[in-house]
Parts: sequence; C-alpha cells; structure tokens
Amino acid sequence: MHADSTTTKKAAALAAFAGLDREPGVAKPDPILVVDNVVRRFGGLTAVDVAHLEIQRGSITALIGPNGAGKTTFFNQLTGFDSADEGSWTFNGRQLKGVPAHRVARTGMVRTFQLTKALSKLTVMENMRLGAQNQRGENFFRALVPGSWRRQEDEITERAEELLERFKLDAKRDDFAGSLSGGQRKLLEMARALMVGPELVMLDEPMAGVNPALTQSLLSHVKDLREEGMTVLFVEHDMDMVRDISDWVVVMAQGAVIAEGPPDTIMSDQRVVDAYLGAHHDAPMSAEEFEEQLQEAEAELEAEIEEKA
Amino acid sequence: MDWNAILITTVKASIGLETVVYALAAIGVNIQFGYAGLLNFGQAAFLGVAAYGMAVTVATFHLPFWLGIAIGLAATIVLAFLLGIPTLRLRADYLAIVTIAAAEIVRLVFRSVKFSSVFGGSDGRQNFSGDFFAMNPYAPGTYGIGPISFNERVTWILTVGWVLIAICCGLVYLLMKSPWGRVLKAIREDEDAVRSLGKNVFSYKMQALVLGGLVGCLGGFLFALGQASVQPDLFSTEFTFYAYTIVILGGAARVFSPVVGAAIFWVLLVFVGNTLSEAVSAGLLPSLFTVNNIGAVRFMLVGLGLMLLLIFRPQGIFGDKREIALDAR
Repeated sequence: MHADSTTTKKAAALAAFAGLDREPGVAKPDPILVVDNVVRRFGGLTAVDVAHLEIQRGSITALIGPNGAGKTTFFNQLTGFDSADEGSWTFNGRQLKGVPAHRVARTGMVRTFQLTKALSKLTVMENMRLGAQNQRGENFFRALVPGSWRRQEDEITERAEELLERFKLDAKRDDFAGSLSGGQRKLLEMARALMVGPELVMLDEPMAGVNPALTQSLLSHVKDLREEGMTVLFVEHDMDMVRDISDWVVVMAQGAVIAEGPPDTIMSDQRVVDAYLGAHHDAPMSAEEFEEQLQEAEAELEAEIEEKA
Repeated sequence: MDWNAILITTVKASIGLETVVYALAAIGVNIQFGYAGLLNFGQAAFLGVAAYGMAVTVATFHLPFWLGIAIGLAATIVLAFLLGIPTLRLRADYLAIVTIAAAEIVRLVFRSVKFSSVFGGSDGRQNFSGDFFAMNPYAPGTYGIGPISFNERVTWILTVGWVLIAICCGLVYLLMKSPWGRVLKAIREDEDAVRSLGKNVFSYKMQALVLGGLVGCLGGFLFALGQASVQPDLFSTEFTFYAYTIVILGGAARVFSPVVGAAIFWVLLVFVGNTLSEAVSAGLLPSLFTVNNIGAVRFMLVGLGLMLLLIFRPQGIFGDKREIALDAR
C-alpha cells in the first residue's frame, strides 16, 4: 500500500467533507460520534467546553491544538476514563455519558494512550489475546474447565497471529512486551486495540516518541484502518503527519473547538494562527489603548491616596 | 549440642502446622498481590474472621461444626466485600491502608472486654474442635518415619492441611493458565489498559480479593483446629507480613512459591532457634546471648538471611530473572 495512492475509501471520506463549512461544530453527512455541550471543570479551571462536534464515519479526523487545550481530557471523557460535569454524547446513536470505560470499549470505541501502556510482564501474544471480547475463559468458573475455552482461545490466537504479522511483530510473539522498543510498543498497542474489533479507534498521540523509521509504518497502519472501514480520531502535534493522513482537522484551544477544516488549509485559518501564537502577538499597541491603560493606572493611584487620607 | 534433636524438629517444621497455615495464607496473598497486584495487608483479618466465625458458632452458641465452617466462609466473603467496595475503585495504596486498619479493628474487637461473652476477650475460645477430631480416621498412636512422627491428632490435621494446599495449588494453576488469570495479571501491569480493552477491572479485582481471602481463611480454620483454641493476638499484623515474606521468598506469581516459601521460612526459624538454644545451654556462645533473648536473635538472623536473598536473588526462589530486569527499564 503506497502512502500517496488515493484509494476509494479516502476519496469517499474526502467527498463527504467537500463543501462543508469551516465553522466549529459543523454538521457532517454521516456522523458516528456526536458531542453536545461537554464540559469538564477542575476547580475554577474549565478544561473542556465543547459546544457541538460531529465525527464523520469512515474518515480519519485529527484533533489538534496547543498544549493545555484540553485534547486529552476531552478524549478521556469520551472514552469513559474521566467524567463530564455537563453535556452528552452519542456513539452510533447510543448515549455514552456516565458509561464506564470498559462498557465504552465494548460498544466499539477503543482508545490507545499517550504514554504507551504495554503490559510489560505479559508476552506480546498474551497482550494480543487480552484484547479479544466475549471470552468464555474470562469467567471464573468456566476458567476452571479448560475444555470450555480452548477452542475459542485457538481462534483468538489465530486472529492475533494475523495481526502480529501485519504489524511485523510476529518475531516478538513470545517476548515480554516490556522488552519491546518504544515504537514497537505503539504498534503492539494499536494491534491490541484492533483485537477488540472496534468501529472507532481513538489514538492519543500515536507518533509521540516513535523514531522516524517506524513513523512511516505507523502512518500506513492508520490509513489501513480507514481502508477496513473503521473510523479514526487521533490527537497529534506533528503537523506533517496530520497533513499526510487526516481527512479533516478539528482544532481545540482553551477547552473549546475553535475551527474545523481540511488539513491543507486549516493552518492558515486566522483563528488557528491566533490560538497557536496568541492573538495580537505581533500587533503593536495602539495610541487609544496606551491612553486607556495610563488613565486606569492614574485612577488607581488616586484611589490609593484618598484611602490613606 | 544435640544435633539429632535439632534435625528432627527442623524436618518436622517443614511439614508442620505452622507451615500449613502460613502456606495457605500465602497462597491467598499470592493470588491477590502476586497475580492481581492488590496490596492486601489485612490477610490476618481474613484468617481471624474465619477462625472466630467457626469457633464462636461452636463454642459460644453450641451449634454444629459444619455450620461454623459455613459461617466462617461467609464472614470472610463479607469482609472482602466490605474492604473491596470502597477501595478497589481507588489507587492501590488505599487498599493497603484500609486493609491494615481493618485487620487491627477486627483483632481489637475480638479481644475487647465488651464482647468477651461472645469472643472470649484476650483468652479467646476453646472447646470447638471436638467434632473435627471425632472425624479422625487415624487410630490413636504415632504415624511417620522413625523419629519424624506425629500423634494421631496432628497427623489428621496435617493430612487435611496438605490436601487443602494441594487443592488450592491446583486451583491457582488452572486459573492462572486461563484467560481469567490473564486478565488478573494484566490488571497488575496496568489497569487502565485493561479497562480500555473492555474488561470490568473492578469485578476482577473483587474476585481476586474474595478468592485470596477464602484460600487464606482455610488456614484460619486449620490454625484454630490444630491448636484447639483461638486467641485474638494470633491474628496480628505481623502474621500478614510473614505471609508477604513467604510469597517474596518463594517468588511472586508462581504456583508453588508460597508453599516452598512457607516451608523454608519455618525451617529457617526453627533451625536457627533450636541451634541457638542448644548452643547457649552448651555454653558455646558469649554471655551476651541468654535463653531469654535468643528468640529475638533468631528473627534477626532470619531477617538478615532474607535481606541477603533479596539482594542476590531478587526474583525469589522460583521467580524469573527476566521479569525483574523489566522493572529496571
């Protein structure tokens, strides 16, 4: 699979976005995830305040924003790892507010983590097997009767082997996951998430700490997800990667979605430039503003003098 | 120095009542801590409520022995839920704090004056093991090989004890090879990752806590029956820490490590203790050591030995060195 070839799935995703407004919260033709008024406050700080957001089915959507924009908190809320103070969101029409993380995963919305969570003292194969759903042997009493889960275990192993081969981890099959390199752990985490059989894959900074040689391979794996009909939502800082693989970009700043748009033009949007570099970052102070500040300072001084008198 | 007597008591200790009780307690700790990563520092309380549940039912209320066992098991499960429901959703260290406090509360309630009509205060309860020894299939006499032999009562309790240990080891072996055990081990590594893969982490942690408590509580029954009495101070926090020592000595998350660990632990204690006391009475040691303080000295020496073991073999006896190496990464 070539990185540049425009496939039918890619074309379909791009067609869905054609002619859409660039405003935050714009309606998509076939949204898989719809978010309404989600708020998260930590004491006085409002970390997330997203009015409306829709994620198009079958597309790769990037979520970008400066540090502290609330991307990861928003991710945690959607996947049940953090609670929401207000708001609601639906996945495939199913209300997910207040649903615990493991139930969210079972509905088909599976995430990875910014700090890779390989289960170090389990082998690569055991990591993969863990991802499979509805395992008979995960019930305490059936676990005691190996005959009741052996066959399912063999099927799971077969599926895991296929995925490991695709992610080029088959040689590491029986190694401890803790012995893998950082990039290989990212690959393992993604492969393990696929064992769940997700519809929506949420990747939290998939490229963080990955060496350039593995980046290309990771990128093509993410594109493959769309080819297989999955939807991808990912948080990323690397704009080259965002431009390369995403079909649509959502920009967050200070907890809110401030802009949306196609990857090739989004970075020239004035709102996005302001968010990254600060509004008026290069504008000199005008004469009126200077006068205003001077008067304010004088008024304060006078007030202080009166108080003392 | 009577080396013959030292050797005989040491060999007896390797399969004796203490070894059996501590092995069962340690198998429970191994399930909770070794496999699931739960820091339950209140294992003594699980043995305590089981032993007292049985003893009080029989001795105070004069109810049947098997009902006593059932009440002991039920009390263990209730305790596990009481400790687990508020704490298993929180970080691991909360469970450690809550369980260590709960174990002390349980012990202090058992020895309180207020409830002495039920629990018998610091004297505890006696006269409840009659039904158990009435089931003894061994005729009066001694059983064993040469000097290493026990009377029929001890033989009976050791038989039951080692059968229970075998069953528990078989259970742990089957469970930890299964997908159920895989989820448990994964939770020990990173519970958020397990949650993200659609597993109900809370439920698995609770199952591990209950199972570990139940295995430990078998040790509680045997402890009470073997001594034909229960006292609250048998179940102090140091009991729990010995159980942890045994698990780490054998190597965490290995099926047989608690059993071998318990045997080695008691062999060491008995051997060092007896050798010291023989040496003192033979006048071989400086006057600093007396019959009164060698009990403390033996714990110092065994403690020193365990420190050396952890420095030179941190994975324990059965552990896998590669696993320890992963932690250093």
